[in-house]
Amino acid sequence: MPILDVTLITGVLAATMRLATPLIYGTIGETFSERAGVLNLGIEGMMLMGASTGFLVGYSSGNLWLGVFAAAMIGVVLGLVMAFLTVSIGAQQHVAGLGLTIACSGFSFYLYRVTIENVGGVQPHVDPFATIPIPYLSQMPIIGEVLFDQHALAYLGLILVPVSAFILFRTRFGLALRAVGENPNAAATAGIDVFKMRYLCLCIAGALSAVGGAWLSLAQSGMFLPGLTQGRGWVCIALVVFANWSPFRVLGGAILFGGIDAVQLSLQSVGWKIPYQLFLMLPYVLTIAALIAVSRRARAPAALLSSYKRED
Amino acid sequence: MPIYLGGVNPLYGYSQLLHGAVGNKLALTETFVIFAPLLLCGIAVALAFTCKFWNIGAEGQLYSGGLIGSLFAVYATSIPSVIAIPVMMILGFLGGAAWAAWPAILKVKLKVDEVVTTLLGNWVMTYAVATILFGPWKNPVTGWPESPVISETTDYPILVAGSRFHLGIIIAMLVALAFYVIIRKTKWGFELLGIGGNQTASYAAGINVSRQIILAAIVSGGIAGLAGVGQVAGIEFHMKTDLSPGFGYTGVVIAMVGALSPIGVVLASFLMAVIVQGTQAMHRATGVPWALAETIQGIILLCLLVGLFFTKYRVRLRMR
Repeated sequence: MPILDVTLITGVLAATMRLATPLIYGTIGETFSERAGVLNLGIEGMMLMGASTGFLVGYSSGNLWLGVFAAAMIGVVLGLVMAFLTVSIGAQQHVAGLGLTIACSGFSFYLYRVTIENVGGVQPHVDPFATIPIPYLSQMPIIGEVLFDQHALAYLGLILVPVSAFILFRTRFGLALRAVGENPNAAATAGIDVFKMRYLCLCIAGALSAVGGAWLSLAQSGMFLPGLTQGRGWVCIALVVFANWSPFRVLGGAILFGGIDAVQLSLQSVGWKIPYQLFLMLPYVLTIAALIAVSRRARAPAALLSSYKRED
Repeated sequence: MPIYLGGVNPLYGYSQLLHGAVGNKLALTETFVIFAPLLLCGIAVALAFTCKFWNIGAEGQLYSGGLIGSLFAVYATSIPSVIAIPVMMILGFLGGAAWAAWPAILKVKLKVDEVVTTLLGNWVMTYAVATILFGPWKNPVTGWPESPVISETTDYPILVAGSRFHLGIIIAMLVALAFYVIIRKTKWGFELLGIGGNQTASYAAGINVSRQIILAAIVSGGIAGLAGVGQVAGIEFHMKTDLSPGFGYTGVVIAMVGALSPIGVVLASFLMAVIVQGTQAMHRATGVPWALAETIQGIILLCLLVGLFFTKYRVRLRMR
């Protein structure tokens, strides 16, 4: 029975951690923006632009970290655009986000095509990030390979979870941020600049999701393809709800959804007869089920989707 | 601007775009071929948005309609067209309607946010279609992930010889007309506008808000389902995993650009069809990547949101 093979299980678990990485970045970013009251449907576009920009900069400079940095920067810019539309102008959040995603998914590929010369059938690629085994710890059986032999971005993602949980729930800034998402009028009365908070959170969301996208092109595949994200941005939106807007649950959810993806990939490689699309469908079905389950005690930030108008 | 980035004179690029979309008879009929599903999706979204049911799921409803319609159409070989085509359309309508009904019911009964459910529904439906087409329904002849060819009796008739101008285009226009009548002339349309304007006031005025929202969602999904049927019976003649290159999402752009008004939606759909069809022609003539079409659509929508703000702002100034 090949399914129960130890190397296979280790492989699937390691792949789970790997595939959870972009979800962690995107979902933590989305948690920040939704906690501040903005549903960022632009996340899929931000990830794609991050993947494309990250690859282009990494490819032309030969420095992958420069690519990650450039991705983060483009994410910040897109966050500013989203913030301008939803915060300053008070546009419908989901329409603005959807517009941003449509524009970005076209533009990310357009940018790639006009920047990279057609090189006669060979797909331009970079040597992706190598994994960094942590001394001693990576020698442990199974756990070593699963947890301590990952990309630098994966470690950073794991650190990001407690850090953002601390920021959100243990700092003054986090309290202000959540206040803005729950009751912007009260927050403003308490002297919090609602506009500034929402701008900031969307920039954080943009940067993190773009880095998640850059991970796909720079660490996973080493190349850029149109639609490289395969809808991972939408999975992140689902995951935020699934995780009840809490960073630690995001980690759990990302590992669960990453695991589904990993199992699906390995079943595909051993020639399983069930169409793998059934597995790809699972995260979405699970989220809808979770939505229904939590609906009676809905914990979405109260001011989500509502724009805030300054009283002059 | 983006064309300039591509190293092509923008004026030449845009002239090619226009020429490729409306320059000759064949180009024009091809633009109408894209116009039909865009118009249906635009109306579907606009109808739902009218009563503030934020249906982002036209894409999934399109696939659902196409799937149910083709399930019938593939096996309808012995049924004459006069019966087969309307039955297929009704089934497609119901397929799309069903896929919009559950988020509406969840919204009304359990207050589950429909933006998220309809959006996720798109992916559930796309993967469900893929599961079926890669699995039990894989084309036995070609091995491709597409259904067997639908019965010839269910093909939409071609109305302009030598082109792909099919019955679905006329159907889309009729639906647009019906949308106009519903919104402007019927009590139901008036109630939907009322719910969109002020839900509490509508409730106080004795409108059954929950029922009207569910009904609007069902009709909205059904119209998107018709778009799916149109693609199957008018263009592809199979159920396919790539039946729509995002018509449902473009529908949201169209509904917003058309300001949810029937005439606006028709004009916006035509504009988008020109952009999609024209960019393909421009790509052939100048080598500017076709991904430009999507970019332009997104940018138009974003500019429109900015424009909307300024028109609103002007109104407010006068009121003071």
